[in-house]
Amino acid sequence: MDGFLTLLYKELLRFWKVSFQTIAAPILTALLYLLIFSHVLESRVDVFPGVGYKAFLIPGLVMMSLLQNAFANSSSSLIQSKVTGNIVFVLLTPLSPVQMFSAYTLAAVVRGVMVGLGVLLATLPLADLRFAHPVWILVFAVLGGSILGSLGLIAAIWAEKFDQMAAFQNFLVTPLTFLAGVFYSVHSLPEFWLAVSHMNPFFYMVDGFRYGFFGVSDVAPAVSLAIVAAFFLAVAAITLTLLRTGWKLRH
Amino acid sequence: MPSAIEVREVSKRYRSVRALSGVDLKIEQGEFFGLLGPNGAGKTTLISLLAGLARPDAGTLQVMGHDVVHDYRRARSALGVVPQELVFDPFFTVRETLRIQSGYFGLRHNDEWIDQILERLDLAAKADSNMRTLSGGMKRRVLVGQALVHRPPVIILDEPTAGVDVELRQGLWRFIRELNEAGHTIVLTTHYLEEAEALCGRIAMLKQGQVIALDTTRNLLRHVSGVRVRMRLEPDRLPVTLREWHVEREGDSEVLQLPDYAAVEPMLGMLRTGGVRVQELEVMQTDLEDVFVQLMRKS
Repeated sequence: MDGFLTLLYKELLRFWKVSFQTIAAPILTALLYLLIFSHVLESRVDVFPGVGYKAFLIPGLVMMSLLQNAFANSSSSLIQSKVTGNIVFVLLTPLSPVQMFSAYTLAAVVRGVMVGLGVLLATLPLADLRFAHPVWILVFAVLGGSILGSLGLIAAIWAEKFDQMAAFQNFLVTPLTFLAGVFYSVHSLPEFWLAVSHMNPFFYMVDGFRYGFFGVSDVAPAVSLAIVAAFFLAVAAITLTLLRTGWKLRH
Repeated sequence: MPSAIEVREVSKRYRSVRALSGVDLKIEQGEFFGLLGPNGAGKTTLISLLAGLARPDAGTLQVMGHDVVHDYRRARSALGVVPQELVFDPFFTVRETLRIQSGYFGLRHNDEWIDQILERLDLAAKADSNMRTLSGGMKRRVLVGQALVHRPPVIILDEPTAGVDVELRQGLWRFIRELNEAGHTIVLTTHYLEEAEALCGRIAMLKQGQVIALDTTRNLLRHVSGVRVRMRLEPDRLPVTLREWHVEREGDSEVLQLPDYAAVEPMLGMLRTGGVRVQELEVMQTDLEDVFVQLMRKS
């Protein structure tokens, strides 16, 4: 237990020491998105009945920031350790694969939630936001953060250089989050793109999360929860297998 | 009592390179053991396998009786490793680094020992400095501290004095010696053969992934065959008959390696016959370097 807590503490301390870059900067980015998109689209896009575009957009931006920062945390920590070689300090210890997985993932969730909360608090005065089902908000936030934290570990275990890591982020994580219905309701899409959106697991994270605010969603929240939970279990199983076999970590 | 380290029939291959083949090695508790060999001999591979940084293709390795694969948690708790590469985490101070390392091993309130380590490694003044601001020698000492932080019974040091200046090197060895006297098993690889000779009770020499010599340091030195002599000659010219024993020229002297003491008399005879007088003659002590060179040539 102590080994796990120490690794968790180290991971938290790591991003906290550079919180200007890891917390404040992504909050500012999300605010800029809100400012620009709500200005351009407020009167043009219909989302849920009775929900203004700005209010609709905020939970999407909160979740997007949460997911991206959870991914950034575990992936950047591990790839830096691998490239600089200080990963040995962790590999030499009796820490088990489960302890490593839990510590890195939980730290990613904490950073994601801190950024998400920051975006939420900063945008709260700007729109009339409801909190219909707070428990759903929390559940989707934690599950979404865990999934991206795990994906960050997979990416960093696989990558050998920083540009491979960046490719994983730019060609997979960013498109999947942008196309997850952050900026629009997928029901406004043509049928083909609606079907494509339903193949994107990130869509269910955003949709379920948004249900927690408005009590309205594109897909039934229980369905989203089931899909997101299954996705988490799959990603966690892959990550644990990689850590157990020591793929690209222990030669 | 289990051996500190037991390696049985261990082989390891990296793609086409055979790093270790069929290595057997037993190191008892309390030993100060040297692992020597040229670059690429397999020393670091062996250490990586013991530390769990790599996995063997065949064979088993144990630390204090614990298998490094199946019982890795106990094996790693019993082992402290100073890696060869100068690695550090730039996010933390020296004290944070040691505290975190200690915590990984389940020791969360370990400040008394950490203070002692900082003191002995001459790092107390730098305890709250960021790792980035430290010199190479200081970073190396922090690595030593990290390996000792959980008081492991077995300590492996892979080239620990590279880049550490002479004074601090001596301080470091005093500390390591004390740990050895207190019962810790020490395994050392070093390029400074005089260090190994002065410190290690037993030595294994590796070449191309195999152990080619394993004995006490004293026996290894004794078994270096022959006698080495240095002579200044008048006239300064070595008779052709002595060429086969010639090793090198040192300043204005010639160094010869004779098969044994019995060869001294014939050598003098050959010099006389060649019309050469001996101005100075010195019988040289064999050191570990001679043993090393001879073994590496032979095998």
